[in-house]
Amino acid sequence: MKLKEKVALITGSAQGIGKSIAEVLASEGANIIISDINQELSQKTADEIKAKYGVKTLAVGVNVTRLDECENLIKSSIDNFGKIDILVNNAGITKDNLVLRMSEADWDAVIAVNLKGVFNCIKAASKPMLKQRNGRMINIASVVGQMGNAGQINYSATKGGVIAITKTCAKEFASRNILVNAIAPGFIRTSMTDALSEEAKQTMQSMIPLSRFGEASDVAKAVLFLSSEDSSYITGQVIAVNGGMYM
Amino acid sequence: MADTENRVKEIIVEQLGVDPAEVVPGASFVNDLGADSLDTVELVMAFEEEFGLEIPDEEAEKIQTVGNAIEYINTHASKAEK
Repeated sequence: MKLKEKVALITGSAQGIGKSIAEVLASEGANIIISDINQELSQKTADEIKAKYGVKTLAVGVNVTRLDECENLIKSSIDNFGKIDILVNNAGITKDNLVLRMSEADWDAVIAVNLKGVFNCIKAASKPMLKQRNGRMINIASVVGQMGNAGQINYSATKGGVIAITKTCAKEFASRNILVNAIAPGFIRTSMTDALSEEAKQTMQSMIPLSRFGEASDVAKAVLFLSSEDSSYITGQVIAVNGGMYM
Repeated sequence: MADTENRVKEIIVEQLGVDPAEVVPGASFVNDLGADSLDTVELVMAFEEEFGLEIPDEEAEKIQTVGNAIEYINTHASKAEK
């Protein structure tokens, strides 16, 4: 058990990669806070993980674009578990389009969730972590934040921004033993990537040296590594989980 | 009032690990007491906790010396504690 008695909060964890991360951390003994815009599904996932792994769980419905909601999320976590050891900023959305067809609303919506949402959660969680003199923040970026992707100006901008946030926070919090890293998944099979066109999927697969898509659990295992003592000398890094798609 | 001053000084001594004799009203956290910018944020957090206050960011930025802290808390904590 690498995370016994640890408390991990994962945003956007009612389903998809976030849920998989929650399960892997729970399987190593961490108590889990499931937070998601979908409160009902959060509760269902939290109950499921509690039953399956025998850890304590809490479900909190949160809109990460609102700082006050993120502050309340951290407060409920502290009220319930007394601390927060691991924050995984996973919540994200896509609203893809070519630059010329991208609406201002779609640009703003993706920036608000994927970029501002990360800032909000980090700002809220940093206080208790500073006091504890330890903590792990793990931000889920994306390969498209490193290499760009036609049709994803908003999404790729946020993911590049998340990488910059990661490096900045790593520097700002290092003296207090708070380690901040990012994971840049490549093409991972989820409902979010299922929404991409068949053509886009085929193009992407041809770019992957391992010539297969990743699974949510591949990302979750990297999160586990960055959450555990095994990575105590690693901060400000971006770990690519992409089958060699971008090197 | 004197009690507040002592509690503020104690927090500063503990948080920054400095000699109590150095913690005089005119002392700047950064220039005189060796605090880095994160230390000043943590000091404000410690004041908030000790005195049951919520110090807004724009006010917190103005608290740069021991005297600033004592003055701010004397003005605001009295309300909170009564």
